[in-house]
Amino acid sequence: MAAGVLFDAPGPKTVARHRIYTIISLVVIVAALAFAVKRLADAGQFAYALWEPFVTPQYLTALLEAWLDTIIMAVLSVLGAVVFGVVFGISKLSDHRPVRWVSWLVVEFFRAVPVIMLMIFCFYAVFGDMPIARGAFWSVVLALTLYNGAVLAEVFRAGVNAVPRGQAEAAYAIGMRKAQVMNIVLLPQAVKIMIPAIISQCVVALKDTSLILIVFGIGLTKIAKQLPLSFNNIVPTTIVVAACYIVTNLVLTWLANYVQRKFVGEKKVLQVSMVADVGEAKTTL
Amino acid sequence: MEAFINEFPEVLQAFGYTVLLFLCSGVLSLIGGTILVAMRVGPIAVLNKAAATYVTLVRNTPLLMVFFFFQFAAPKIGINLKFVDVHIGSFDFTSFFATAVVALTLYTSTFVCEALRSGVNAVPLGQAEAARAIGLPFSGVMREVVLPQAFRASVPPVASTLIALLKNTSVAAVFGVLEAAAQMKIMTNNHADERWGIFLGVALLYVVLVELVSLVAISFERRWRIA
Repeated sequence: MAAGVLFDAPGPKTVARHRIYTIISLVVIVAALAFAVKRLADAGQFAYALWEPFVTPQYLTALLEAWLDTIIMAVLSVLGAVVFGVVFGISKLSDHRPVRWVSWLVVEFFRAVPVIMLMIFCFYAVFGDMPIARGAFWSVVLALTLYNGAVLAEVFRAGVNAVPRGQAEAAYAIGMRKAQVMNIVLLPQAVKIMIPAIISQCVVALKDTSLILIVFGIGLTKIAKQLPLSFNNIVPTTIVVAACYIVTNLVLTWLANYVQRKFVGEKKVLQVSMVADVGEAKTTL
Repeated sequence: MEAFINEFPEVLQAFGYTVLLFLCSGVLSLIGGTILVAMRVGPIAVLNKAAATYVTLVRNTPLLMVFFFFQFAAPKIGINLKFVDVHIGSFDFTSFFATAVVALTLYTSTFVCEALRSGVNAVPLGQAEAARAIGLPFSGVMREVVLPQAFRASVPPVASTLIALLKNTSVAAVFGVLEAAAQMKIMTNNHADERWGIFLGVALLYVVLVELVSLVAISFERRWRIA
């Protein structure tokens, strides 16, 4: 990092000083890691018996199935969220004031309510009659659809607003109608810059699928909850389950970056702030 | 709605825990995030890599798994917070509360770090170059030119992070803290016929809290804005 905003390119003295800092911090980091490993070893957490289920085909299949369940829940809810987001994002841009207000109310409500409360509510009130596992599955999908949909509605609105104003003006000038301007001119350009934001939202959805544990373990949280009961291996299980989430999310993040580079180029990633007014004025102008 | 009104004191108490969790872990994660971002943008490559690795790992882990680790796994390797047992007024600060604060802090720090970093990245390189060109020393470049702009640019993302934290405190409901979401679950189970009223009541209080934080953020942003 030569001459960034923060520093000039270092001179010989600074380089020497940095080398000393580097050595000190290396020592500290290695010591911390060694301490963690020693703690794990002292508690006998590296014993083969504790890790055995993760190399036993039977349990490995269960883990993979749970992983797949989690991914399916996330995918379904993101699909639902995109639909929800398009509908409410566009109606937030409507010319009719009542439509704007209603969709503003819905979006703000679902953005402000914690997902876990939505899940509790869906589980007991909406899918209460279903068998527990299926009810939990659909509660996750519905709750995440509502929450991520509300977030994506803002993304869609910001995306449409980010299309240069001249585009819409030109479209009106050649005689297009409102729906045509939106469908033919604005949305195709907006979608391109929204795709990375949608994929990043998948990361959020995937992480939030775990919250259903408050009522019932399903997907990877089922493994986290049940496997330690028979093997008494909560530390290895936690590590493996967390690793599953991390790997999936890293793949998604990589995908988002790839798509960003491919379709949007070097332009900034579309970001939607939770504190609306002031921040947005900047992004739209 | 009747159950919600009858048990309103309990609901308020539960929201008290929500706010306390938010304040404790909010302050701590602002500190943690600042330390992380100092490592992240600093000149030492090793610290830079270490902070980046930590941020990437924790950001991609569900908050629930972070809680899960500190609640169930950490005690197995001799890390526990059993010694925390403070009672102030009607609030009990037990190991559950402390665990929640630790998990929320470690998780939120990474997001605060990224928010602050986006603020630093928002300062155009020309600003620093111009400051150096007119002869300001390093401290002057930082104090007069770079940091004020970086700080202002990072207010909105940090505020978003704090609002997310406020909502994330509800994960503590899974791990034994009787805050708003846990209270709602209990009431939902006790009054099966009033689920809508209970949900809407608790949700509205949450909306009020979130709007409050976002209003504070907007007013700070207005106050610190230059032009």
